[in-house]
Amino acid sequence: MNWITNFVRPKINSMLGRRDMPENLWIKDPESGEMVFHKDLEDNQYVIPSSGHHMKISARERLKFFFDDGEYETIENPKVMVDPLKFRDEKRYVDRLKDAKTKTSMEDAILSALGTIEGLPVVVTVQDFAFMGGSLGMAAGDAIIKAFETALERRRPLILFAASGGARMQEGILSLMQLPRTTVALDRLKEAGLPYIVVLTNPTTGGVTASYAMLGDVHIAEPGALIGFAGPRVIEQTIREKLPDGFQRSEYLMDHGMVDMVVSRLKMKATIAQLLKILLKMPVDAEAEAVPMPLVALPTEARPQA
Amino acid sequence: MYNYLDFEKPVADLEGKILELKKLAENGEAVDVGDEIARLEKRSRDALRDAYKALTPWQKVQVARHPDRPHCLDYVTALFTDFTPLAGDRAFGEDKAIVGGFARFQGQPIAVIGQEKGSDTKSRLEHNFGSPRPEGYRKAVRIMELADRFSIPLVTLVDTAGAYPGVGAEERGQAEAIARSTSTSLALKVPSISVVIGEGGSGGAIAIATANRVFMLEHAIYSVISPEGAASILWRDTTRSKDAATNMKITAQDLLALKIIDGIIPEPLGGAHRAPEAVIKSTGDLIARTLGEFTANPIDFREQRREKYLAMGRSL
Repeated sequence: MNWITNFVRPKINSMLGRRDMPENLWIKDPESGEMVFHKDLEDNQYVIPSSGHHMKISARERLKFFFDDGEYETIENPKVMVDPLKFRDEKRYVDRLKDAKTKTSMEDAILSALGTIEGLPVVVTVQDFAFMGGSLGMAAGDAIIKAFETALERRRPLILFAASGGARMQEGILSLMQLPRTTVALDRLKEAGLPYIVVLTNPTTGGVTASYAMLGDVHIAEPGALIGFAGPRVIEQTIREKLPDGFQRSEYLMDHGMVDMVVSRLKMKATIAQLLKILLKMPVDAEAEAVPMPLVALPTEARPQA
Repeated sequence: MYNYLDFEKPVADLEGKILELKKLAENGEAVDVGDEIARLEKRSRDALRDAYKALTPWQKVQVARHPDRPHCLDYVTALFTDFTPLAGDRAFGEDKAIVGGFARFQGQPIAVIGQEKGSDTKSRLEHNFGSPRPEGYRKAVRIMELADRFSIPLVTLVDTAGAYPGVGAEERGQAEAIARSTSTSLALKVPSISVVIGEGGSGGAIAIATANRVFMLEHAIYSVISPEGAASILWRDTTRSKDAATNMKITAQDLLALKIIDGIIPEPLGGAHRAPEAVIKSTGDLIARTLGEFTANPIDFREQRREKYLAMGRSL
């Protein structure tokens, strides 16, 4: 690395955009080994057409695919203290952060936005695994809280796409505190009678599952996603046995009652929009411009709570 | 007499000598050793003071995990009367890694929940070394909900290396159980106090550790991942646990500075295991004082607790 690669390349990269110059025009399906043309893959939301394998996608792509016409208004994430512990392992945490920012052109692992799905106004918050494994630290925690507060203010449902290796160890105890902090924010949304939908994507593990990712009113998983609290390696070392086939994958969690459904990315919007319109008691033919019915029919106490 | 830690070696040597001399005197093989014993006892006390003067984070990890350290049930037995343990999650089973129920504290009703590590091989196995499975957290939720229904304040005693990582635990929703327990404890209308008496191991601890007031024992630790885990992931080198313990800021003193906890309970010289009654009494005194504050100033405890957590990290 020299000053040219450090300072010049990122700028050029961000001008051109990450996906505009793929290193390979052909992308390999990790399951079947089949080569797929990148344009075909993008048109299919990065789901391999033949095998149905769901590739990881960036938060921006997620929002573009999910919202009507790919249009949305970004919610600005709060500023937080950077590197509170002055942490370094093999590398300084501030340098890891800088690298992640360059790589993803994001400020941290969360991107939230306002927009509509099949005409229904919602708040969506997405975790980007490319930013330090989607790890949950103070910045991500505050961004998630802000998204829930925005949903509460505007009386909209919130849909959260989880993708994370867990808490950001470089922030120590402050990262662990994001578990209760985000929990407070989501509980307030639920208590206001607004739905909270979690979409578990590959992978969602650790502290993230032990908080907001497992506290949805409804849990939806993308096919084949790794979802679990303890990592498979840790479990294997503890019990000294081979893990069962498909352990901690979406379909396995479905069988064990941890998720309500496993849904293809291509059907995600339609599935969630249909359910939310029922929960919000919207008329069948609700179109764009639709507003949720006022929530006055039930007294607060009688409304279903968390 | 004690299980000595590596940094306590000078103390171990001196106390060993004292013990030998005492034995000799008892058997009549040595006379006039009284002065020598007194001299050695003073030296041993000084050595202990030196060893504990400025414990490193890694040494605190060792003290927090000391096998003779008083555990949850030691506190429950000493501090509470009429303890009535409750069992089971009403869905799958009973997990003894978490103990809890209702009792009286200085005559007043109290709910108590804690992780119990066990104190000998048999009880350690019985309590799964204090690493709960989902059923334990679901039992905790039951007790919290009962406490709320009957307006009884809650005390939790936190001491776990972490939630148990196993196939069954995952299948039965370890993550969901922890999340639900955290959510329930944050939403309580009754006031709550949490004391980290040993190890506060990540999500497995936080599930029962969010309270209106959170205290830590002087040599307790509380962290997002074990130092060993962090060393293996961040340094890719399991021998770097000491660095991980230092850099992650896991001591009670660190957490007070970061405004994560509300206070520290001093431990006797040489750690809680050297004088369990003393540290249990200090803990009881603090619980009494804090409950007194709650009674004198009844506020919206749920709101106070929630705002306290939302504010964390915002004023560093």
